[in-house]
Amino acid sequence: MTSWVPAEFTAALPEIFVALAAMALLLIGAFRGDSQTRTSGWFAVAVLIVAGGLVAGTAASPGSAFGGMFVADAFARFTKILVLTGTALAVILSISYIEREDMARFEYPVLFLFATVGMMMMISANDLIALYVGLELQSLALYVAAAFRRDSLRSSEAGLKYFVLGALASGMLLYGASLVYGFAGTTSFAGIAKSLGANPGNIGALVGLVFIMAGLAFKISAVPFHMWTPDVYEGAPTSVTAFFAVAPKVAALSLFVRVLVGPFGSIVAQWQQIIVAIAILSMVLGAFAAIKQTNIKRLMAYSSIGNVGYMLVGLAAGTEAGVRGMLIYLAIYLAMTVGTFACILAMRVHGRAVEGLDDLKGLGRNRPALALVLAVFMFSMAGIPPLAGFFGKYFVFLAAVQAGMFALAVIGVLASVVAAFYYLRIVKIMYFDEPADAFDRLPGREVGVVMTVTGLFIALFLIIPGPMLHAAAVAAKSLFPG
Amino acid sequence: MTITLAHYLTVAAILFTLGIFGIFLNRKNVIIILMSIELMLLAVNINLVAFSSHLGDLTGQVFSMFVLTVAAAEAAIGLAILVVYFRNRGSIAVEDINRLKG
Repeated sequence: MTSWVPAEFTAALPEIFVALAAMALLLIGAFRGDSQTRTSGWFAVAVLIVAGGLVAGTAASPGSAFGGMFVADAFARFTKILVLTGTALAVILSISYIEREDMARFEYPVLFLFATVGMMMMISANDLIALYVGLELQSLALYVAAAFRRDSLRSSEAGLKYFVLGALASGMLLYGASLVYGFAGTTSFAGIAKSLGANPGNIGALVGLVFIMAGLAFKISAVPFHMWTPDVYEGAPTSVTAFFAVAPKVAALSLFVRVLVGPFGSIVAQWQQIIVAIAILSMVLGAFAAIKQTNIKRLMAYSSIGNVGYMLVGLAAGTEAGVRGMLIYLAIYLAMTVGTFACILAMRVHGRAVEGLDDLKGLGRNRPALALVLAVFMFSMAGIPPLAGFFGKYFVFLAAVQAGMFALAVIGVLASVVAAFYYLRIVKIMYFDEPADAFDRLPGREVGVVMTVTGLFIALFLIIPGPMLHAAAVAAKSLFPG
Repeated sequence: MTITLAHYLTVAAILFTLGIFGIFLNRKNVIIILMSIELMLLAVNINLVAFSSHLGDLTGQVFSMFVLTVAAAEAAIGLAILVVYFRNRGSIAVEDINRLKG
């Protein structure tokens, strides 16, 4: 095994580091008990930051590990940094919340770290086996995280629903993977691309691809595989929902892009119509179903379904510009969503967490700073310039128009107009309704810091967009060689 | 009659479909859902091993080993979540899983 030399590991160094740190944290927790959860939470954040440094430090030239099953290119670097940022922010948001909600157990940060390793594996997967193992490592940790409040019926029901539907999706993905393996004759992405390039009319592999897409559509909660999302978002503890809404979405969408553009890049015409269909359905359902929601976590679930639809518009274009737009949208979506969930975590009345839209009444008078930050996020989600959310939509729709998909872009714009209604309704509730009970003080300083940082990012994106746009362009280019 | 690749694929497809129907049509017990999930994964394993033998390529069998391992972990986590749920609800009937709308 000449390929098993240490130099092979350098490409996977961040993953190995996070995995070892998670296991160390697990051991420490097993010996020290639950009393050190706050410390281990910050330790996990430190681990994620170091891993981010390692990812950023890996050379821009593509490297691979484990006999070509694992690839580290500019695309992986960009999305891994997003995943690590999202996870770190979610852990920071959780630290005080899990103490208040009486669920501060040492497994909490460990589960997040293991899920992160899985997500990084997914992003870097260059083989169907690596894809499956990464996806399952992520999913298994997330099932447990959803049911983390063991004494709550809602949380355990969310975990159970997520588990059953997630396992179904994994099964479909796996069935597709087995068909692709059988009809393409290999599990490596490069081999599949070669085989399909030589024989584009491979019906067996195409059926396999449809199954794989169904499984992945479930993981990103795209319509028609979205039905678990509102229940899981509502039932899971809010800090876990904040995590669900960002990092796994980034990882699964990156995997989706890598699979479709890489091994199946030669049959764009075949998968493009499916992506167009699920993008349209997601955008429309996300816009209309959110209107009648009264629980803000359910509303965010439908909002995330809609946002996934917009991101898929970039993928549907099937061009480098489309992937670039999608990556920019992902980064902006991450900041908006984490910020909004920071605001939701601050929704506490008389020591109890509340989730109703009615509880936001009169927030503009009771807590002007919080209301202002939430209003910035809502305007940004609605896509009002000059906030960042506008540019996210602009780049994906621009890519769709450049690819000649006018109908798709028009439907997307119309859906975002409908969606603007419920985002702006939250602003109206906060500023123009009679005040309800005032919220308690912020649960921990960290929450305020996260809110401020993400809010500033969203508000000031227009001034310094350059580095992000450039990084996204480099990342997208690495997927389209030549 | 010789058993060809198509026969194996047909058996796997039937088992896989049974697994999916087991999840959606079953209105009684969550344990049956867990069994259906196992059935789906085993159908995939039949596929993988059949293809592996047909292609004369070991990758499929390696893949099926991974699937077996992950399926065991998945079943363990599923049962653990189910136990937690039972403690809170006192029932594992499918029609009782309705606290969240949807």
